[in-house]
Amino acid sequence: MARQPASLNGIVAAHEDEILREWQRVLSLGGTERRLTGREIEAQCRAVLEALKESSGGTEEVSDRLQDLLAEISRNRATQGFGVTETVGFLLSLKRPLVDAIGREHAKAPAIALRETLASTELVDGLALRLMDAFVRNREEIIIRQQQEIAELSTPVVKLWDGILAVPLIGTLDSSRTQVVMENLLQAIVDQSAQMTIIDITGVPTVDTLVAQHLLKTIAAARLMGADCIISGIRPQIAQTMVHLGVELSVVSKATLAEALAHALLKTGRAVVTRRPVVEA
Amino acid sequence: MDRIPILKIGAALLVTIQVDLHDSVAMALEEDLSNMIVKAGAKGVLIDISALEIVDSFIGRMLANIAGVARMLDADTVVVGMRPAVAITLVELGLSLPGVKTALNAERGMALIQRRVAESGLEADHAAGEF
Repeated sequence: MARQPASLNGIVAAHEDEILREWQRVLSLGGTERRLTGREIEAQCRAVLEALKESSGGTEEVSDRLQDLLAEISRNRATQGFGVTETVGFLLSLKRPLVDAIGREHAKAPAIALRETLASTELVDGLALRLMDAFVRNREEIIIRQQQEIAELSTPVVKLWDGILAVPLIGTLDSSRTQVVMENLLQAIVDQSAQMTIIDITGVPTVDTLVAQHLLKTIAAARLMGADCIISGIRPQIAQTMVHLGVELSVVSKATLAEALAHALLKTGRAVVTRRPVVEA
Repeated sequence: MDRIPILKIGAALLVTIQVDLHDSVAMALEEDLSNMIVKAGAKGVLIDISALEIVDSFIGRMLANIAGVARMLDADTVVVGMRPAVAITLVELGLSLPGVKTALNAERGMALIQRRVAESGLEADHAAGEF
């Protein structure tokens, strides 16, 4: 053997072009990278190899640059909608080209080749785990952000009349959403100096004891602020389920939002009357 | 010791809480208020807590106590001006103050008490007419 540096980064440096070519071939065979162009794949592969060359070669200490790179790859792929298999497979498919390169380098010394193969496998596995970790974390961040956006979107407080507010609830009520609804509603009561609030649950798919408890909490808080509550839009099936469960909402409850509004108007000293329609000449 | 002033307006007593309500102050208020209701023959007690930012279970219980005492002495208790955060805290503490009437602001609370006074006056007339 003419050259001394037989460690992994040395091998990567010496055989970079072959490894790169082989890696790209494996990736294109896998067919999982169709969403990226050839140039993007090449850039990513090259960046990983560059970072590997810099890395000291041990499995424990992964250089900062390599870590940043992994974080970036995982972030890009998480936003582009890649699966876990595709993302981690990208890195795992580096194993074969790397092992091939080691074989060529240490063709005469099987013992060293075996040791280097083991080391490189461990390194790639470690990197893949890191990548998976970062990928999952990124996905979770996306999910949490979307949840927040949905929570904000789905809890509007509408002014129906002077001093009459409506909260059309859509979707399942969990404790975090109840909190948002409650805060929005109470703030609206202060802002609009409302006397009546209508909580419309037409869009709530199921009402179990927990949801009922959340509703009651909201109603109690609104009452403490000096506003009366009306529940409207309980569907027949839900009403049956609630009675079977023994859930009781001790508040005024109306079948439709229209009836609830009429009741609220009456309570605040207004009346809805029918008059002859104006005939246009 | 600090004491919270109690103002008499017509048939109502007005209490405005503008300082942090320490336990001793709260207990003194409860005592003063009970005495004052009897002395003034009040029909309603208006407690304005719009300046109150922090509540604990003790304050919540004290409000319920005042309401209970006032009811025994034939007066309504109206708590007005509760902040949203305070309302949420009380509900989370499990104190929804069942015996206490509430209103958004002092004006509406006063209207509530005056309506009750007017109604009780009518009832009294009824009773006088019947006998």
